[in-house]
Amino acid sequence: MRPARCYLILAIIILTACTSVDLEAPIPIYDPGVDPESWVVIPAGEFLTGQHNDSKLIDYDYEIMVTDVTVAQYLDFLNVALADGTLKVSADSVVGFYPGDEFQGVKHEIEITAADYIFIPLNDPASRFTFDGTKFTVKQGYENHPMTNVSWFGAWGYCGYNSNRLPTELEWEKAARGTSDSRPFPWGEEIARNNANFYSSRDPFEDMSSFGSRTSPVGFYNGQVYDGYQTLDSASPYGLYDMTGNVWQWTGNVYEGQHYRYMRGGSKDTYDMDLRIWVRNNATPTYFSPGVGFRCARGGE
Amino acid sequence: MQFIQERLNYLFKSTKGLILLAIAMIGLETALFGMLSGPMADFGIRDIVVKLFNMDLVQAEREGRIIILYHSIAMAVVAIEVYMVTGLLKMKELYKVTSRILVTIGYLMAMIFGMGFAYWGHLWPLHGLYIAGLTLIFFAGLFLAIGLWPWNKAVYQSDKTYSRTKNGVDIERLAFFATAVTTLISAYFGAIPGSYFGNGFEVFLAENIIRYPEKTTMEYSIIGHLHIMLALIAIMLTLIIGRWMDFKGVLHKIAMPLMILGTVVLNLGVWGVVTPLEPVAHMIIYVGATPSMLAALMLVIFGWNKLIRTGISGIERPTAWQKFKALGRDPLKFGPLWQMVFMNFTVSGIGIMMAVKLDEIFRLWPAREERIELTGHWHILSAIIATIILLYYGDMIGLKGRVRRWYGWAIIILSDLAFASMTIFEMKRLFISEAEQQPLVNTVMLLADFGLGMLLVILAMVMIWRLLDLFKKKGRWTVEVDQDDLAMKVEL
Repeated sequence: MRPARCYLILAIIILTACTSVDLEAPIPIYDPGVDPESWVVIPAGEFLTGQHNDSKLIDYDYEIMVTDVTVAQYLDFLNVALADGTLKVSADSVVGFYPGDEFQGVKHEIEITAADYIFIPLNDPASRFTFDGTKFTVKQGYENHPMTNVSWFGAWGYCGYNSNRLPTELEWEKAARGTSDSRPFPWGEEIARNNANFYSSRDPFEDMSSFGSRTSPVGFYNGQVYDGYQTLDSASPYGLYDMTGNVWQWTGNVYEGQHYRYMRGGSKDTYDMDLRIWVRNNATPTYFSPGVGFRCARGGE
Repeated sequence: MQFIQERLNYLFKSTKGLILLAIAMIGLETALFGMLSGPMADFGIRDIVVKLFNMDLVQAEREGRIIILYHSIAMAVVAIEVYMVTGLLKMKELYKVTSRILVTIGYLMAMIFGMGFAYWGHLWPLHGLYIAGLTLIFFAGLFLAIGLWPWNKAVYQSDKTYSRTKNGVDIERLAFFATAVTTLISAYFGAIPGSYFGNGFEVFLAENIIRYPEKTTMEYSIIGHLHIMLALIAIMLTLIIGRWMDFKGVLHKIAMPLMILGTVVLNLGVWGVVTPLEPVAHMIIYVGATPSMLAALMLVIFGWNKLIRTGISGIERPTAWQKFKALGRDPLKFGPLWQMVFMNFTVSGIGIMMAVKLDEIFRLWPAREERIELTGHWHILSAIIATIILLYYGDMIGLKGRVRRWYGWAIIILSDLAFASMTIFEMKRLFISEAEQQPLVNTVMLLADFGLGMLLVILAMVMIWRLLDLFKKKGRWTVEVDQDDLAMKVEL
């Protein structure tokens, strides 16, 4: 082949990188039948934590949401909290007050003072809502999808507004793994493409040639068939859905000497290795992404 | 019987046979285990390979598997460097033969038993044999270092065009010696914590703990070890390429002391991470890296200048274009030096930018993004090292004419295409959002996979050619078997 042809082919391939993505592409609408308002009790007791199965005791009962917080749930909160003055619109984001963290001055640590912080961005094209200046509305089809593009402050604020809290990493892990064994995934030892929503898992919501992976409705992987797509029932031993895959989930720990907040569970954008229960991710608390959401916990304080 | 004996004699006793065997082993390992991750997993090839070879991939043991995989490939690369150093530099036969025997048995044991342990169930005797293999490689290094002892009058440098002391000590040899010795010491920084964490297979990947504000001494040691060992492999290869190019003259006289200074200071910085010097260790590392990189730059200037001068000999008044053409006329000689330059864009540059803008940019992103950047840039460095070895190997086996040009340029272009694509992938968050990245990701992954895939195809072709050659009575191997000195060329 002549060099000119090689260069032409290469140029065409490189040009494909510049293709724009249709973030408003229609999304299939399914109702998995799992109630996002439901909670389960995780009883006190020991469980195996981490990759190397260290035994840990959580000596109190606590409750945790069965699913991630949905877009509809979060927008209800925004509408109410904006109206009552808890939150406000500032420039191109919704902000709320956070009382700050103790600052240790450790290398790389950034001080989080008492101030207003971003909960959600308003003009991010990947957000699944519209805002007319006074009211938030869900984009069609995303009502039962996990709320994304929400910062740690936004997740913390939602849970706190409803007198709940974010789960600690340990609480999250116990809820995902149960107490009977050292399983790497909430449903067991192995992962198949129809266990969870992860990178290139070929679910009905992704198109890897264009917009890539998108979120799936909460509780989607419950063994149902959706237009011929067979899911596996992938609930955790306590009956929680989407504990791994779909979206990373913010957890509540504020660790001494660091401003990073930790996430668990992997997401639609990560390979299956990041869906293993013990895998941790972290980011600054102002970080938001179409692949990050959360669920709340309560009790045990 | 004699048929087999002669071939084994070539593969296990001659310099070029040993190098061929090690490259073939790395190629096989890369081809097989490369099918377990990334796009190969997306395409479902991983599942087929796992079933076909009856692999036992326990989820919790992934990190341990990867560590053994990295080590087994790295040990074969170290073995290649030992063969090259012992083939290029004068030393007593005892040290040359002993280091070669130990490193060969060592890397084969580490590779075969290590991978057997990691990917086919935890049969602990295999782990023991894997460790024994690593240990043999350490002892090979000891013999190599003794063999390289530069204060032996028999190996003093009498030619004043090379870097030497007043009384004749060969400074280049001293640089080889310093690299070998510091490599041996730095191996301990992996061996000791490796024994600690490996006991019970409780291992971790350094990139996963990078943001923890407090790390234990053992954890720091692991992080230091992986950085310095790759750097030392690269430094040793730079010295090897310098010797192959017959690096000498004024630049050689400046470069060699700089290389020694850089190597020693770089090591001191890395060793410092387990001492109270930890807070300033990174600064010491930067200070050490600078003279090493300057020395490499001088090699590049010398080598390219030499290529141009050779290429334009006979032309009375060469134009700039003629000089440029002369520079690229022999890709096997131009390539290794170009790869060293290209490394600055894809490895050093990225590393420096990350260090300078860490808190302002890179740590505003999630840790998983930082992991991609970290692992990406040291994978590229490893692959650049591999391509330089392959280019040198192409010259070593006497490729000529069109085959030489195609082989050389294919390695350079395909690998650089892949490395540039991976660098864009690592840095994509600088210029594109997560929601809009997929077309870009698809393109760069395609280019990277194409580049690396074709590179493996070329390697496979060379290996098949060499395998077929082994079946010939008067094959190329019959000439190479007696070419213990790497300066000798195959003439067929």
